[in-house]
Amino acid sequence: MKPELARTHTSTLKAGAQPVRALKRIWNERMAYLFMMPFLISFIAFILIPVIMGILMSFTSFDAFRFPEFVGFQNYIALLTQDTVFMKYAIPNTLKFAFFVGPIGYLLSFGVAWLIYQLPKDARDIITLAFYAPSMAGAVALTVVWQAAFSGDYVGYLNNYLLQLGLIETPVLWLQDPKFLLHIMIIVTVWMGFGVGFLALLAGFDTVNKELYEAGKIDGISNRLQEVFYITVPSMKPQMLFSAVMAIVGTLKAGAISTQLTGLAITPQYAGHLVLNHIDDYAFIRFELGYASMVSVVLLVISYIAMKLSYRLFGSKDGE
Amino acid sequence: MFEKLLLLVLGAVAAFLSLPIVFILNHAFKPFHELFLFPPTFLVRQPTLTNFYDLFLRSADSIVPFSRYLFNSIIVAAFTLTAVILSSSMAAYVLSKIRFGPKKIVMGGIMLALMFAPETVSIPRYLIISWLEINDTYFGHILPFIASPVAVFLIKQFIDQIPNDLLEAGKIDGASEFQVFIRIVAPLTMPALATVAIITFQGVWGDTQASTLFMQDETMKTLPYFVMSLTSGMANTVAGQGMAAAAGLLMFLPNLVLFLFAQKRIMETMVHSGVK
Repeated sequence: MKPELARTHTSTLKAGAQPVRALKRIWNERMAYLFMMPFLISFIAFILIPVIMGILMSFTSFDAFRFPEFVGFQNYIALLTQDTVFMKYAIPNTLKFAFFVGPIGYLLSFGVAWLIYQLPKDARDIITLAFYAPSMAGAVALTVVWQAAFSGDYVGYLNNYLLQLGLIETPVLWLQDPKFLLHIMIIVTVWMGFGVGFLALLAGFDTVNKELYEAGKIDGISNRLQEVFYITVPSMKPQMLFSAVMAIVGTLKAGAISTQLTGLAITPQYAGHLVLNHIDDYAFIRFELGYASMVSVVLLVISYIAMKLSYRLFGSKDGE
Repeated sequence: MFEKLLLLVLGAVAAFLSLPIVFILNHAFKPFHELFLFPPTFLVRQPTLTNFYDLFLRSADSIVPFSRYLFNSIIVAAFTLTAVILSSSMAAYVLSKIRFGPKKIVMGGIMLALMFAPETVSIPRYLIISWLEINDTYFGHILPFIASPVAVFLIKQFIDQIPNDLLEAGKIDGASEFQVFIRIVAPLTMPALATVAIITFQGVWGDTQASTLFMQDETMKTLPYFVMSLTSGMANTVAGQGMAAAAGLLMFLPNLVLFLFAQKRIMETMVHSGVK
């Protein structure tokens, strides 16, 4: 713990005055409470309460009109035993999507950031900007680009180039064909994935103590790869953890990409159906809010596990 | 030698990855006949402002003119930015430097909420917005965004670097907690504030959730919603494509300008972004 800046001290009242003492402490810290207030209120109203409500609603049957009816674990049981769309499409698609966008995208970010760090200083900024720009533009603005690129007719850019090169004979319906949609979603999301986490990694290299590299050479580290593995990664674990958490959020948020690409809430033959689409389907198309909340809770739990795993990998031993 | 080669390869990859940006830049300025030329062209040949003209003037006849979406976006972004920066930096200051009883719990909550994606709890959020009766108001756009765990976290990490002696000195000189915050902490935290401003701006400027869920009144929706409505049925709407590209470009440019201004500061902040 750092030494705290405060002139106030908890008063040494005699026992039996517990509540008074607690109130007095709060009064002494009134400035702190005042400063925290705006953040805390909106945190509670728009993050904490929604999550708690989501959990509560997941145990109900609720159609947005009548009062929610408690049904116990029925929603969860239905998910496991009856929801074939979830089991057959949402889960496999999401696992595949999350694997490439999450861990693989993360490794790519790390690799690219490391390579950029090897460049002379004046070249770094411009290359960084080029990698970061698509993420900065955002999925909505770039939908225009992806739709034109992957358009299924002759004027689609990808089709046109592949036809010219003689790789395909007829235009491919990239976004409508179930065979391709998920892959395109992955490519596009990784493409736009060099975001805040990537910047954090890039900055992380600066936090590594340069003397460690010298020491490493003396201790027999012979190539760059060993250097990365034994010195760089352990030294910048905090940045890697932050970036990993950002990768998890990014993957969660990216779930809307199928809808943006195809313009459809439900993709053809559920080809690009992710858990997030499943939630939207039940929430805003079927109005089974209880069931949708249950799927949300499952998604939150999965991402919580992913975060715990990241802490295991990159967290410092004493903390957490 | 290694450096030269690396620069070449990375440069090529970077150029490839920024193709969408180059594309949208060109597409936005293409005249109507070039948009649907066969074979399709990547670069614009006779740049024109027609698409922007269409966007601003032709859509003026439609029910909700483009300028209304743009106006909404600007208002929402401006107020959200101010609110996020104020509330986050105040909270971060407390969490970093001031004695505060439930600090551990709040900090734990923030660390957990770093991975929070509002998309996962859109239903309860919708219900809360309805109860507060802020549908179809700017509050519905702004309030849900104020709690930004990432912003608080980044600023707190940055304030941690400020030596306590500096704040003590201010207090000895008779400055109140609030004055210390404004005169000493805030100026020293500028890089983090700039970073948070940009991250928040990107989030708000590109957000469609509030417009789709909380706003039923078409006149209260924002720019990204408009772009989305142009692209969602785009396969067939020929005229829409140029306008969508122009609008997409307008969405990207403010982000770019802000980032260019603050790139150094962002990298400075990111140095302290580690989760220990």
